[in-house]
Amino acid sequence: MLNTFMVYVENKPGVLTRVASLFRRRAFNIDSLTVGRTEKPEVSRMTITVDADRDQARRIEANLYKLVNVLLVENITNQPAIIRDLALIRVAATHDARSHVLELASVFRGRVIDVSPESLTIEITGAEDKIDGLIEVLRPYGVLEMVRTGIVAMRRGSRTNGNAATESTAQGAANDDVSYSV
Amino acid sequence: MRDPKNTPTAATPTTGKTRTESKTSSKTMTGASILWECLEREGVKVVFGYPGGAILPAYDALKHSKIHHVLVRHEQGATHMADGYARASGEVGVAVATSGPGATNMVTGIATAMLDSIPIVCITGQVGSKLIGSDAFQETDITGVTLPITKHNYLVTHASEVARTIREAFYVARSGRPGPVLVDITKDAQQGTCEFDWEAAKPQLPGYRPDLSPAPAEYEQALELIHNSKRPLILAGHGIMVSGAMREVRDFAERAGIPVALTLLGIGAFPASHPLNLGMMGMHGEAWVNHTIQEADLLLAFGMRFDDRVTGNLKNYAPNAKKIHIEIDPAEINKNVKVDVPLVGDLREVLLELLPHVESIDRSEWLDSIDRLKGDSAVRDIQNLPDSGHLYAAHVINDLWHQTRDGNTIVVTDVGQHQMWEAQYYKHEHPRSLITSGGLGTMGFALPAAIGAKVACPEAEVWVVVGDGGFQMTMCELATLVQENLKIHIAIINNGFLGMVRQWQEFFYDRNYAATPLLNPDFVKLAEAYGIRSMAVSERSQVVPAVEAARRHEGPMLINFKVEQEDTVYPMVAAGAALHDMIRRPSPIVETAEDE
Repeated sequence: MLNTFMVYVENKPGVLTRVASLFRRRAFNIDSLTVGRTEKPEVSRMTITVDADRDQARRIEANLYKLVNVLLVENITNQPAIIRDLALIRVAATHDARSHVLELASVFRGRVIDVSPESLTIEITGAEDKIDGLIEVLRPYGVLEMVRTGIVAMRRGSRTNGNAATESTAQGAANDDVSYSV
Repeated sequence: MRDPKNTPTAATPTTGKTRTESKTSSKTMTGASILWECLEREGVKVVFGYPGGAILPAYDALKHSKIHHVLVRHEQGATHMADGYARASGEVGVAVATSGPGATNMVTGIATAMLDSIPIVCITGQVGSKLIGSDAFQETDITGVTLPITKHNYLVTHASEVARTIREAFYVARSGRPGPVLVDITKDAQQGTCEFDWEAAKPQLPGYRPDLSPAPAEYEQALELIHNSKRPLILAGHGIMVSGAMREVRDFAERAGIPVALTLLGIGAFPASHPLNLGMMGMHGEAWVNHTIQEADLLLAFGMRFDDRVTGNLKNYAPNAKKIHIEIDPAEINKNVKVDVPLVGDLREVLLELLPHVESIDRSEWLDSIDRLKGDSAVRDIQNLPDSGHLYAAHVINDLWHQTRDGNTIVVTDVGQHQMWEAQYYKHEHPRSLITSGGLGTMGFALPAAIGAKVACPEAEVWVVVGDGGFQMTMCELATLVQENLKIHIAIINNGFLGMVRQWQEFFYDRNYAATPLLNPDFVKLAEAYGIRSMAVSERSQVVPAVEAARRHEGPMLINFKVEQEDTVYPMVAAGAALHDMIRRPSPIVETAEDE
């Protein structure tokens, strides 16, 4: 099954290589990996999805912790979490089809960000299955080009474990226990 | 998974020698001088190295240091020497090399240390930081190359980073599950200057947590399994030595009445002569030890990692046994063998926690049944076979053991048949008295590792037990041995073959001895060329006199033991076979149906 890990790492050169190399070395296949800045300049955050069973997932977590630059690992596979993927989709849309494509994009809450006589480019953000759904309905019109970022994830609610990983810079997190799903 | 928040984060390193005369004020120094200063403060007395262009600034600054530099003949030798130094002393070993080929020559030694969890720090020079990425002369991305075979590594591009990096490197290398750390320092970082302040250069490792400990509930589960077990067995590994838990393991085994089986790297962690000691397990372990594992109802794995060489086929490994795994590295839990109770932490601390609660239980029935498993093993032992007039390696090692058993002896082996015979016939009573490459199985390890061991323990009597194949991989270090005036004895177990490979060809490849017969030099003359006294031995009666002669001689000595060419290590669990499914030495008296 697909496991989703949030990995907090030191923002240092070469850390991405260390993480990627670990997955290759231990023969785990990364399904998607994203990395970016966080609220703290010295911490980067990765969201990694891997196909693994429970034991494998535990071993991945333990092995990630063995990397000196890894601060915190959370397996949020079965946790309430916000998971978002972003896609840019260029669809063939000549005069006749254009209004249909626009309609579909708006149903999926996608935004048209580029228009040319032969095509439309749609930006869509959301859970992966939502994006899969849009791509599916656009396919008959002709998907000319498509790129996805891979997912980023965040736990729902007020838990901000990232702070525990870097106590020196931990900020008082908003102590709001209510989580609104939107 | 253990919640890391419950454990202290970024533990403050307590290691590293603090000097009484504290240098409070900082002073301006070059990166190269800071390097040696930091090594001294970490307690380093000796480094093993080989100079070259990119590390020259460091070598230039060496003249101001008290550290002794051992010039090796090949950088692989430097890493094995640092490794042997660490294994013999328990301290961090240090190897130095230049960029490019110097650094890549270290790769085998680093991987050897990685697989056996040996703390070494490798310092390499690197081309100037502005040249990095330009394919400059002797430029190699050595941090990239060694990424999967180091515990951690660093690229240092400024003099101001040298101090903290060296402190972190030593801390990482020696703490938790030890391992090799490589520090790659650019030439300009060595030449540049900055303020040096030891105190301010404290390690900053917020993500590094080497000090996990089990939860109380896990201790209780473990104790319940121990007390309910009728046929328990301790599997004693290298972690006992690393943790310094020899006494605790002994106390535990004696109090609970549990027998002990050893891994190859666990040899010495539990005295061979102890009544609860069964001997070595695994591919070439004693037959009764492997049978005991298969019949046990509880395995207590102490600082070992269920390597495939000790488990055989995992599908039918110890089928009746619950497993308790005491291990400092959480990534080892459930890696090969699924365990019932993992106790993740330092072995000594975990045992100290368990010991007061361990009940004394009479397990004489179990111990008696293990005794019966020994069956006709003694009869099959080559020691007890009628003298055929041939010299067997087992004879050599058995006699060597008899001659040196009472001394402070360290045996350093290479890899192959002689290594297994050493493990079987040399009865080690003390930790760190056998030094051998287990996980990586690195041929060429013995001679340089012995040099490192002798430098670490000048009072010890050091014997190299090495095959004719492995010896020729690193025999250039004979020059280092002579240069350092080290009294090391070298016993070449010379069978004219790559013996272990030949054995596999005999069993599994229809005796097609492809590329295993060796054309050897005259080892006696070779030793003489280096100024090393030497002799050849080909009869059993000459073994003891030769060993005595070597011990009497004030310098190093090499003995070329010409042994039976096609001898075989028994018992043997074929790769992929079940642990109880062993190939046995044919019994001269009765063929038993007991073993397949």
